[in-house]
Amino acid sequence: MIFANNILTIITFLPLVGAIFVLLVPGSDAVAVGNMRRIALATTTITFAFTVAMWGMFDASNTNFQFVQNYEWIGGVIGYRMGVDGISMLFVVLTGLLMPLCILASWESIQKRVREYMVAFLILEMLMMGVFATLDLAMFYVFFEGSLIPMFLIIGIWGGKRRIQASYKFFFYTFTGSVLMLLAIMAMYWQAGTLDIAQLLRADFPPQMQTWLWLAFFASFAVKMPMWPFHRWLPEAHVEAPTAGSVILAAILLKMGGYGFLRFSLPMFPDASAYFADFVFFLSVAAIIITSLVALVQDDMKKLIAYSSVAHMGFVTMGIFAANVYGVQGAIFQMISHGFVSGALFLCVGVIYDRMHTRDIAAYGGLVQRMPKYAVAFMIFTMANVGLPGTSGFVGEFLTLFGVFQVNTWVAFGAAFGVIFSACYALWLYRRVIFGVLDKENLKAILDLSPREMVILVPLLVLTIFFGFYPAPILDVIGPSVEVLVHNYTQSLDLTAPLSTAAH
Amino acid sequence: MSSDLIDFASLAPAYPELVLILGALGLLMAGVFLRKDAMASLTGVGIGLLIAVAVLVIISPVGAVIFNGAFIEDGFARYMKVLVLIGSAFALVLSVSSATEEGLNKFEYTVLVLLATLGMMMMISANDLMSLYIGLELQSLALYVVAAMKRESARATEAGLKYFVLGALSSGMLLYGASMVYGFTGHTQLDKIAEVIALGDRSIGLVFGLVFLLTGVAFKISAVPFHMWTPDVYEGAPTPVTAFFATAPKVAAMALMVRLVTVTFEPVSNDWQQVVIFLAIASMVLAAFAAIGQKNIKRLIAYSSIGHVGFALVGLSADTAWGVEGVAIYMAVYMIMTIGLFACLLSLKTENGFVEEISELAGLAQARPFVAAIMAVMMFSLIGLPPLAGFFAKWHVFLAAIEARLFILAVIGVLSSAVSAFYYLRVVRTMYFDEPVQQFATVPGELKFVMAVSGFLVVSYFLTVAGPLAALAHIAAASLF
Repeated sequence: MIFANNILTIITFLPLVGAIFVLLVPGSDAVAVGNMRRIALATTTITFAFTVAMWGMFDASNTNFQFVQNYEWIGGVIGYRMGVDGISMLFVVLTGLLMPLCILASWESIQKRVREYMVAFLILEMLMMGVFATLDLAMFYVFFEGSLIPMFLIIGIWGGKRRIQASYKFFFYTFTGSVLMLLAIMAMYWQAGTLDIAQLLRADFPPQMQTWLWLAFFASFAVKMPMWPFHRWLPEAHVEAPTAGSVILAAILLKMGGYGFLRFSLPMFPDASAYFADFVFFLSVAAIIITSLVALVQDDMKKLIAYSSVAHMGFVTMGIFAANVYGVQGAIFQMISHGFVSGALFLCVGVIYDRMHTRDIAAYGGLVQRMPKYAVAFMIFTMANVGLPGTSGFVGEFLTLFGVFQVNTWVAFGAAFGVIFSACYALWLYRRVIFGVLDKENLKAILDLSPREMVILVPLLVLTIFFGFYPAPILDVIGPSVEVLVHNYTQSLDLTAPLSTAAH
Repeated sequence: MSSDLIDFASLAPAYPELVLILGALGLLMAGVFLRKDAMASLTGVGIGLLIAVAVLVIISPVGAVIFNGAFIEDGFARYMKVLVLIGSAFALVLSVSSATEEGLNKFEYTVLVLLATLGMMMMISANDLMSLYIGLELQSLALYVVAAMKRESARATEAGLKYFVLGALSSGMLLYGASMVYGFTGHTQLDKIAEVIALGDRSIGLVFGLVFLLTGVAFKISAVPFHMWTPDVYEGAPTPVTAFFATAPKVAAMALMVRLVTVTFEPVSNDWQQVVIFLAIASMVLAAFAAIGQKNIKRLIAYSSIGHVGFALVGLSADTAWGVEGVAIYMAVYMIMTIGLFACLLSLKTENGFVEEISELAGLAQARPFVAAIMAVMMFSLIGLPPLAGFFAKWHVFLAAIEARLFILAVIGVLSSAVSAFYYLRVVRTMYFDEPVQQFATVPGELKFVMAVSGFLVVSYFLTVAGPLAALAHIAAASLF
């Protein structure tokens, strides 16, 4: 019982312990650097094992928060509160899954300042775990915003040529959006008298106030997601970040925005969410169509995938604000699936970038002849990105479209174009990189996947196909919590509807 | 009156001040009669004296008013005095390693710092316009001399002169305001003035007096638009002196301001709130934009300190116990961060002397990883990024502002903190993203210690300091409401 009660604390702070150990490794010769890598890998792997154990202990039929810890701290306002439900639990597991892969992906490509790199990643893991595991609104902000520090350094120190501009852009977009959310959090405290998320979910905020709170949270999450037109920081950050940084950015950091919408905007401000739903639909469809078209003309592989991420996040926001069971389930599924699919795509780009040191699509071609294994892996992830049935990408897109179709047919119509466009840009990318004639001199000696790279990509490959055919393990976990969420949402709308008609 | 002076035991609330003044005079004598090579140990004695006085403040009883109501020792005074004493002690510690280069290796420096500290303690405990002014002047006169202590340096002399002229002007304004308040209420004792104001109507003369008083104090905390001296003085004065200016005197002046507005002018809170809100907004916004163009790191810190005064004033604007609690926490955190920052600066010496330009920090993360890490932590904390201490300080003041429904002030505040991130990040960028260009001298041991302590407190704030500090600040604020 003690283990189960503290498991979220263990998962969250184990990476910190690892970071301290990495800091304490003496010397900086090859042996010491190897030890740092091994400590980081061991820490993240053990953390992942704990997250899997937590999934095993998780009771899906219980829609309350589980593994709860609740202590008062700092003047009785901010508390140390932990807990997960069906909505947040899988994000913790996803973070746990991707971190060891990121450490492995940086094994050889990061050669300078390894100590700082590993510390930054471990701290980042702690903060990401905290975002999904905390049940205190102020602590959520602490973890959410704290992740800016390591990510800023990761992009800025280990990034590409224009890394400084990219890191600044990343920082300022996110920071400016978030500070407004901070004020909203304070206003919620004075209105509800608590920062305990479990209690806030039951609190009623006056409709007028909801509008302002919703907008303040939107400013933060829309930038983080990112939604069109707040996405300008993302392509640059992705392009300049090292491979593992891109993976974390696409797979986890973007999901914080979607998680925020699900955890706060929708259940806590139902009236405002209903009021702004059309606005979000418009931005989502705009994101899906516009960024898909933009992706089509990119010559940089990472930039193309980055734009496709924005488009896929459009499906997520659309599904969330459809606010029915299919839409919300689809949105969560899409986020998790996109977590490993986009992560894997960035890893795939990293594989050839490590060999050729260019991300220019035109510099490649005909790789299938030298790299058959790589071609297969890249193909499956490309198909998942397109949303081919039988891959996990299909389930999320289908459910969100299905959900939104019940709410607004035109939105579903517009979003369906995204599916077509995604096939265009993804398959065209695949054709240009993998097929064609192998006529470039420097490509003729390129090597296929190394065992280390196989270890990174194969698990993601298996998961992509497994959840494509059998999504039940995920849907069973999120299902009950989503049903409660949607039920409460519609109920509180029904409650306020007569009031507002009476006021007219 | 005579019984007060005869009965020594009744002076118990002022024992810390008495010990400090006796100690300072003793050090003065020792400095005059001892040989020159005993100077270094005098600084050590000074630090020990400050610590002893801090302990005395903590154990001495609170809730007493002596000297016919001119001196008050309450929970708020105790909290602020301990802060001031810690700040002064650390300022002396920081001066040790660079005393010879910066012309501070004279015993007068220690004595003047002690006397300035005494003045600050008087300011904090002042319950009468006259004792307030005496404390303020004792502090200021000592600081003017300290600023110009490096006599052969033209910049330091200029800084001292500038500080003196503008400081004298502000004292004049404060005195003028005090005389008007006395004229319109007939009292100089702070709580008596409040009683009179509460009884009658608010007269226009009183409001004039209030504004002049606040102007005088705003000079001392360097709130915009009375901040012009700060960048020049911070840049010109020797770095250890700047470290002193940026910590203890600010805390004392802020404490004075808090007591003035929440005790004396509570009945006319609408009037002073306007002034404080204006000072807060102007300081935050101007500092955020003006610091962007700075190349000299001490000027940058000067603007940063102006901005932080603005953030602290956000808490005061709320006119609630929550707000004063926020100010108390903010000043404590601000002091820790500033001390850490100056410890970093003082430990960065190249063959051309101490680092002055931001560009000289290039590649510090590789040349001096520890110093760079502490400095980066301080910068991130000054931005107000969680989970560092600076975030929680901002949390408390903005929480109070939101409670008082000062939404526009809060929005302007957080947005200017986003702008200010730009120049703090430039320092981090130079240290971490650029390649090293020069070698740095070894770091003195006591500076390493100061950096380690302040860095630990800032990083682990949420786990170690936050709870107890909030509780102490709560007690401090409760004594004013």
